[in-house]
Amino acid sequence: MDLPSRPMHSPTTPDEGSAPPPPTTMDAWRILVRGAAVIGILFVFAFWSAKGYNKGWSQNQVPVKNIDPVTEIEFTTYEKRFIPGLDYLAGGTVLGLALFAATFLRRRSPKPA
Amino acid sequence: MSALPTTLRSIAFAGFTIISAIAAPKTFDLKDPKGVNAIQFKLDSILEPIAGTAGAITGTVTFDPAAVEATSGKVSAASSSIVVPNAKMNEHLLSASWVDAEKHPEISFAFTSLTDVKPAGANKWTATAAGQFSLKGVTKEITVPVSLTYLEGQFGKRVNKPELGGDLLVVRGEFSIARGDYGIKPGENEDKVAPVVQLTFALVGSAPKS
Repeated sequence: MDLPSRPMHSPTTPDEGSAPPPPTTMDAWRILVRGAAVIGILFVFAFWSAKGYNKGWSQNQVPVKNIDPVTEIEFTTYEKRFIPGLDYLAGGTVLGLALFAATFLRRRSPKPA
Repeated sequence: MSALPTTLRSIAFAGFTIISAIAAPKTFDLKDPKGVNAIQFKLDSILEPIAGTAGAITGTVTFDPAAVEATSGKVSAASSSIVVPNAKMNEHLLSASWVDAEKHPEISFAFTSLTDVKPAGANKWTATAAGQFSLKGVTKEITVPVSLTYLEGQFGKRVNKPELGGDLLVVRGEFSIARGDYGIKPGENEDKVAPVVQLTFALVGSAPKS
């Protein structure tokens, strides 16, 4: 039995003179963007946790404690490396969620006159 | 007959010169060749305390182990040397609304004597230094509890040249200031950044053998 072929984005044939009904299948770009948003959030979390679960602010230079052997003075030097903090985790997550949420926005169809 | 008094006079003069040289106060340079000297600061804040250092320390301390009360000196840190781990925060701290490093390049503490001097071990003392603390163009009288450690003959050892001799003086202290007193956002954002700044220092001064 031959089934009638059905277009992906236009489940019904549009009637001329009336607004098209909403599509029943998801646009491919929405799937891609949602996937990218989820991967982005996972990456941000994985990077943050791999760098030591820093629950403070992100650090662009990391303080390292040293002790001078003669005077026994504890002094600080800084290593130039990045340690993401909660601001990085929160920023990345909010950005990912915003991207995800954006895929639910639809163009408002013009009101019929 | 006149030769004896002359000899005695010479011996007495030599003795006086040696004693004077030993007992004379020494000037210790705080510009450390190993770059150890720094002032550490900490402010309570949301998420975690803001902690950092101000390096580029210069100044001198005049110290005599036989008269510790007479110790005096001046310690200065370059405002632009303030470092905190977060780059954005660092930028804010150096800006005009905080330390204003461009207009006020120096943070300093000058004191002329010590009070409450108490021995705390061999060549160690605790005391109180009263002096003028300057930050962001505002100078105020403060008192700082300090400890001093005199390391005789350790300068050469520290720079890996024991033949140089010379002495070291380690000065440690801790005090706090109200940032508002020095024109740093007085009364502003106190729920986010504490109004009190805790300062800690451990400085070594060098007096090479002259």
